[in-house]
Amino acid sequence: MSEEFFIQGNEACAKGAIAAGCRFFAGYPITPSTEIAETLARELPKVGGSFVQMEDEIASAGAIIGGSWGGAKSMTATSGPGISLMQENIGYAFMSETPIVIVDVQRGSPSTAQPTMAAQGDMMQARWGSHGDYEPIALSPSSVQEFFDFTVKAFNLAEEYRVPVFVMADEVIGHMREKIVVDENIEIVPRKRPEKSDDFLPFENIENGTTPMPAFGDGFNIHVTGLTHDERGYPDTNNPETHDKLIQRICDKVLNNKDKICSLKAENCEGADIIIVSYGAPVRSVVEAMKRSDKKVGFIKIDTPWPFPDEKIAELTKDAKDILVVEMNLGQMYYEVDRACKRNSNVHLMGVIGGLLPTPDEILEQVDRLGGN
Amino acid sequence: MRTEIRICGFGGQGIILAGIILGKSASLFDDKEAVQTQSYGPEARGGASKCEVVISDSTVDYPKVQSPDILVAMSNEALMKYIVDLKDGGTLIVDPGTTDVEDVKEFIEEHNIEVYEAPATKTATDEIGLKIVANIVMVGAITKITKVISKEAAIKAIEVSVPKGTEEKNIAAFEAGYALAD
Repeated sequence: MSEEFFIQGNEACAKGAIAAGCRFFAGYPITPSTEIAETLARELPKVGGSFVQMEDEIASAGAIIGGSWGGAKSMTATSGPGISLMQENIGYAFMSETPIVIVDVQRGSPSTAQPTMAAQGDMMQARWGSHGDYEPIALSPSSVQEFFDFTVKAFNLAEEYRVPVFVMADEVIGHMREKIVVDENIEIVPRKRPEKSDDFLPFENIENGTTPMPAFGDGFNIHVTGLTHDERGYPDTNNPETHDKLIQRICDKVLNNKDKICSLKAENCEGADIIIVSYGAPVRSVVEAMKRSDKKVGFIKIDTPWPFPDEKIAELTKDAKDILVVEMNLGQMYYEVDRACKRNSNVHLMGVIGGLLPTPDEILEQVDRLGGN
Repeated sequence: MRTEIRICGFGGQGIILAGIILGKSASLFDDKEAVQTQSYGPEARGGASKCEVVISDSTVDYPKVQSPDILVAMSNEALMKYIVDLKDGGTLIVDPGTTDVEDVKEFIEEHNIEVYEAPATKTATDEIGLKIVANIVMVGAITKITKVISKEAAIKAIEVSVPKGTEEKNIAAFEAGYALAD
C-alpha cells in the first residue's frame, strides 16, 4: 500500500522526517524553510515527539545535539543566515559524533539578501563551514518526492555513520507543490544502542568506523566533549597521536564508505561531446532543455554533493570535450567538477544568481555556444 | 501536452487555493502530472497574488510558467500586469465584476486571445451567499471552459482541500461556476 499527496517540498520534508523516526525538532523559523517548522510543530506532538522554537539558530543546533544524546532522532531546518550561525555547534556535532539532520532551504545570499528567492549559495558552507577537518554528508533534492526521500535517507545516513547530515534544498523545491507517493514500508535505520558492559568504549572504532551510541540516562556515565578525546571520551588534548587517530577515524568513516554513500544519476554520457552537471532545482531546467535539444548532450545529476562523487564523475566525463556545470551561485560545485575531471575536459560554469531558475532556453544557448555533436 | 496556467488577483481572494485545487485534481485524480508554484513576498499580501500551475500528460520538468496558455484574472491590476505574457491564441478568463477587458482590448485583438467572462464574485455572493467562495466558482468556470481537468477530479480535489464542514457550500460554488460557462 502507498499513499499519494499533492504537497509543498517543505511539507514533504517534514513528512519524511517523521517517517524516518524524527521525534525532536528545534529551530528558529526562517523563509523559505518555515513550513518545515510549521508542519512539525503541528505533527510531532501527535506521534509523541517534541517541537521547540528556540531563541536563535545557535541554540537550535545545540538543542538538537542534546536531543540526539537524549536518544531522539533530531533535526533542524533553516536557510543561509541560520546555517552560518549553526556552524560552531555543527563542528561540535562532528567532533562528538552526534547524528543530526540539518535542512537548509537555500535562498538568495549572502546575508539576508533574498528571503523568497532561490539560490544554491551554501554548498561550500555545508562542506567547510565549521573549522577543522571533517567529512560531511549532504543530499540535494530536485523534486518534492526527493525532498521526502532524501530527508529519510539523511536520517538513515546520520544513524549509520553517527554524523551530521545536510539536506541542501532550495526555495524552488521547498515551496513548489507536486505529487509524492509514500510507501507503507520505508527503510529506516534505527539507532544502534550499546550493550551494557564494564569495558564499553563510546568512541571506539568498531562498525563503519564508529560505535553504537548510548543515550544520556542509560547509565553509561560517558563524557561527551568537543576537545580531542580518547576512546573513553576523556580529553587528551596535547597528544598528537590521539588527535590524529580520532580525526582520521571521523573522516575515514565517511571516506571509506564513499561508494555506498555517493549517489548520482547519469544519462546519455557515453559518446557525448558535451555533458551537463547539475544538482537541486536547476536539474529541472536541464532535463527540460535536453528534451528540447537535438544534440547529443550527456547529463549528470548529483544527489550527494558531499562526499563529492569525484571518481564516478571522472569516469563518466573522461571522453567529453566540454562539461557545463549549472548551479545557482557564482561557482561552488563547479570547482569540484573541475578538480574531478583532472583537465581531461574543459569545465565551464553557468552560474545563475538573482533568484530565478535558469530557463531551458538559457541552458540551450550555453550548450549551442559550446558546439559539440 | 504541457498546459501552463496562471491565476491572479488580490491577496485574500483564494487565488493560491484555486491553483492548488487544479494541481491536485490533475495529479491525484486525473492521472496527469502537475506542479504548482506561487509568488512569495510583499506583493502576496493585499496587492497582486499570483499562482501558477503546469499540467501535462507526462512528467513536468521545468516547473515554472513561461508563457501561459490560460490566464485567469480576478483583479484589474493583475489583468493589466500579466496579460502581456499570455500566449498567442491563448485563453483569458476574467471576472467582469473585478476586471475590465476593455483595458486590454488591443492585446486581445492583436494576439487572437479567446476571452471568457465568468462573474465569479457576483455568483458567489448572489447564489451561494458567500463572497469568499468566488475562487471555487472560478475553478468551476475554468474546468468547464478549458477542460484541463475533469469535473469529477475537481470535485474530489475540492472535497479534500477546503476546511471541514464547508464542503457542501464549496461544491455548490463549483457547480455554479461550471454552469456559468454553459
